[in-house]
Order: sequence, then structure tokens, then C-alpha cells
Amino acid sequence: MTTTNAPQTQPPRAVRRLGDRLFAGSARGAGVLILLVLAGVAAFLVIDAVPALVAPAREVPGGRGVLPYVGPLLFGTVLAAAIALVVATPLGVAIALFLTHYAPRRLATGLAYVVDLLAAIPSIVYGFWGIVWLAPRLVPFYRWTEAHLGFLPFFAGPASVTGKTMFTAGLVLAVMVLPIITAISREVFAQVPTLHREAALALGATRWEMIRMAVLPYGRSGIIGGAMLGLGRALGETLAIALVLSVSAGTVTFNLISSTNPSTIAANIALQFPESSGIDVNTLIASGLALFLVTLAVNVIARAVVNRRADFSGAN
Amino acid sequence: MAKRIDISDLNIYYGDFRAVADVTVSIEPRSVTALIGPSGCGKSTFLRSINRMHEVLPGARVEGKVSMDGQDLYGPDVDPVDVRRQIGMVFQRPNPFPTMSIYDNVAAGIRLNARKMKKSDLDALVERSLQGANLWREVRDRLNRPASGLSGGQQQRLCIARAIAVEPDVLLMDEPASALDPISTLAIEDLMTEMKERFTIVIVTHNMQQAARVSEQTGFFNLSAAGQPGRLIEFNSTEKIFSNPDEKATEDYISGRFG
Repeated sequence: MTTTNAPQTQPPRAVRRLGDRLFAGSARGAGVLILLVLAGVAAFLVIDAVPALVAPAREVPGGRGVLPYVGPLLFGTVLAAAIALVVATPLGVAIALFLTHYAPRRLATGLAYVVDLLAAIPSIVYGFWGIVWLAPRLVPFYRWTEAHLGFLPFFAGPASVTGKTMFTAGLVLAVMVLPIITAISREVFAQVPTLHREAALALGATRWEMIRMAVLPYGRSGIIGGAMLGLGRALGETLAIALVLSVSAGTVTFNLISSTNPSTIAANIALQFPESSGIDVNTLIASGLALFLVTLAVNVIARAVVNRRADFSGAN
Repeated sequence: MAKRIDISDLNIYYGDFRAVADVTVSIEPRSVTALIGPSGCGKSTFLRSINRMHEVLPGARVEGKVSMDGQDLYGPDVDPVDVRRQIGMVFQRPNPFPTMSIYDNVAAGIRLNARKMKKSDLDALVERSLQGANLWREVRDRLNRPASGLSGGQQQRLCIARAIAVEPDVLLMDEPASALDPISTLAIEDLMTEMKERFTIVIVTHNMQQAARVSEQTGFFNLSAAGQPGRLIEFNSTEKIFSNPDEKATEDYISGRFG
């Protein structure tokens, strides 16, 4: 039944130019390469994490097994990133709105340039800034919150005297992700068609009402996308956290202003890896696998949120 | 309530460039006034200056007087937002809010004006507006679907429903049918004839048959050369403009002997 010659019933093939074939081939190759790299990283993480997962609990650092080791780190990672997003998202959207709809054009161009520049500053610089400048200046604020808002679990205290707290770390991360969220929001806000903005204005909308009717709904998926990119940077940030946060292994607490804090996965790997060997390394890799999975989950959820109202996105 | 618009010595600028010069005209209530003329002659600019949409563009400004039933629309204490709530506008390209449902598009203007409205009253008003735009029967069973799913002609009628839902005094239409097929165009024209009982309608059009079909008054805009401001050459009853215009330029334009 098999034929080596092309069957005669095959439809005539469309003429394809060499250039098209080359371009299609290289584009396909690039796409496949990305998938291969991703699969390679995932495979590495899983394979090297397995020894830690199957090892007896007492041989893992901390002596209580992988989950009790990774759990607090994961908690710290998510908490720091959450603080960063809660602070940076509204601020970034507000800055983007100011740049696109309120600021005079010349000022907007300059400011946008500065914001883009902020995104390019290496994280070690932010870390230094956080520890040398920001942390000491936040100490009085922590004392105040402990005294007046101490009934909230976030501000239970005792207030840190160095300012090296989860809250400081979250703020440093917020400053780091702010330019990302701002830049992407600004991009989508600037793309809102004039037609839609004029539709709102012609109905008698004020500028703020126009923004709420036309700009924010249109830019919604961009805001979410920017926040997710920012979250990616916040989750993976290493050096700034390693510098700013004063950690105690195995802590799980919502207390944001004390000097007893969980570390984050990335910072913990950076601090522990040089002195690790054998099963310790496998445990660190297992924590890396956890970070990988969390990032993946965040992206899937964000995509689902964006797609839930795809009909209303304005893209059709 | 339909209102009368009086315009005197209106000059419209984009920065230093004068786009429209010395327009003086009165627009009658409860009628359709058509503005015709070649591209770039300032018809749309003039139209947008009536509801103060012109000044939305950076550097755009207006000199002269525009009043509606004696109320100065460019007075120092007049908020352009209030002007636009009284003078509705329909654009050349249909522009429903793509992020909103059909229902929310119609209700958008009402929600701006008076937040407190009972759901049943709002439902009734949305239905009435959609009926007024001859769209109700086509969308009644999909009011919560996105407006972007409608055809171009339906979208434009949705925009008309959105504009008339707030009961404006005047309705401005900037080439409302130029992006539509002949059947949708006919639907819009029939709608204008119905709506002029309730509103003052001003329409900009490139389609002279359309101007002749729907309007009572016609204004002809022209510019003497590129870079010169557009001027209102003649303003007369539509019948006179299309049969025996006063100006030679008008006759040349409508008979196709232009330029």
C-alpha cells in the first residue's frame, strides 16, 4: 500500500518562493527552540529535585523534610510580591494615565523616558538603596504603626529597629516593578482609539468619566499583563531581597514590620547555594521548582482572567 | 426639546491655522440642516465647534459666537461638558464602546447624567431609545452581548440610540452613513426624517442626493485654495440650492463642474 512516488491525485502545490520558505522555516525553528529550552529547564528542575523529595526528612536542611523547608520560603516569596503589586499596580496605572491623558506633551515625553530608565537600573542598586536609605527612614513609621495599628496582624510588632522588614522588602520590589507596570499601561492607554475617547466626550463625559468609560476598559488586559510581568520580576527578585530582608528560617507570619521574616525562594538560593552540597543543593532546586510552578500558575490564571471577557475586549 | 442655533462671525483655528472663516448662520429647530462641500473645506470642523468637540484637540480654538436659544455656548462660565450633554453627536465611523454590551452602550450617557434611576425605568428608556433608532427588533434578545458583534449599520444605529437616549436638544451627524451600505444608509435617512420631529438635526454629508433627500436647509462650504480657510458660500433652502442656487460656485459644485 505504500508508494514511494507521489500519488497522482495529490492537488497541485502552490508555488512558494525560496525566501518565504527560509523565513517560515527559521520562524518555526525559533518557536521550537523556545519550547525545547523551557522543557529542558523544567526537566532539569524535576530531575534534580527528586533526590530531595525522596530523601529522609532529617537529611534535608532544617531536618523536617522538603515541604516544611520550602513552604515558608514560598510564603515569603508570595507575600513580598503581593505587597509589591498592591502598592505598584494602582500607582503605575495612575502614572500611566497622567502621562497619556493629563500631562503636557513635552513633560510626558520626558517623564516616560525617566520611567523607562528606572526599569533598566540593576536590582543590586535598588537593594543598596533599600538598605542604606529606605529602611532606616521607615523605622519611625514602623514604631507608629505598632503603637496605633498594632491590633492588625500585619503590624503586630515588635517593630524592627533596623527597618529590614517584609514591608521594606515589598516597597523596594514595588519600586522595581513600577516602571514595568507603568510602561505597559502607558502603551495600551495610548492605543485607545480616538473614536472611543470622542464617543465618551461627545456624550458629555468629563475627562475622568471618559477614562473610566473608554480608556480603562480598553486597557484592562494591558494592565493585567503589565502586573503579571511585574509579578514575575517580583517573584524572582534575588539580590534586593537578600540585602534588605532580615530573615529567620522557617518563619511563617503576616507580621510585616518585625525583624523576624520568612526569606524568599530566590534570595534563599542565592544566600545558601555557595555553602551547599549534596542533598542541600537538591533541596534548593526543589524550592526553585516550586517557584517555577507558582509563576506558571500565575500566568495561567492571568490569561484566564483576560480571556473571560474576550468578547468585550475591543479586539474584535 | 429641539432648539435653535445661532452662529455669528465664527472663526475656527487649529493653532495658528484658520480652518474656517467668518461663518454666520441660523439653524432652525425641528428640521434637518445639511452641510455639503469638498473635502477639507471645514464642514466637519464647523460641526464639531457647535458642541465644543473641536477644542478637544490640542491647540484648537474658536472665535465668535455660538448660541442655542439665546444661551451662549462659549460663555466664560459654560462647561463644555454641559454643552455636549445638550448637543449629541454621531460620528462618521460607528464607535460603540467595544468593552460594553449593547444595553450598556445605550445607557452610558444616562449613567453619566443621572446615576439614580430605577432599573425598570432604565430598561424602558433603553428600549425606547433603541426603538427610536429602529434597532430594537434586531437586538432585543441579545442586549447583553458585546456591541462589537453588530454589523456596521447596526452599530451606527446603536450610536444614534446612545445619542438620543439622553434627550439632547440638537443632534449633530458627521457623515453618519458614509461607511455604510445603501440599505443601512436608507435606514439612517428614514430615521433622520422621523427624528427631526424631536430634535434639531445638523448633518455633514458628501452625498448630495442624501442632502437633497433628507434636509430642509443646505449650507455649501468651499475654500478658494489649499491653505485658505473654508467659508460658508451659500445657505439656503435645500430646494433652492439644488434647483436655482444664488452662487455660481454652488451650482458648479452640485452639478459636478467643480474645480
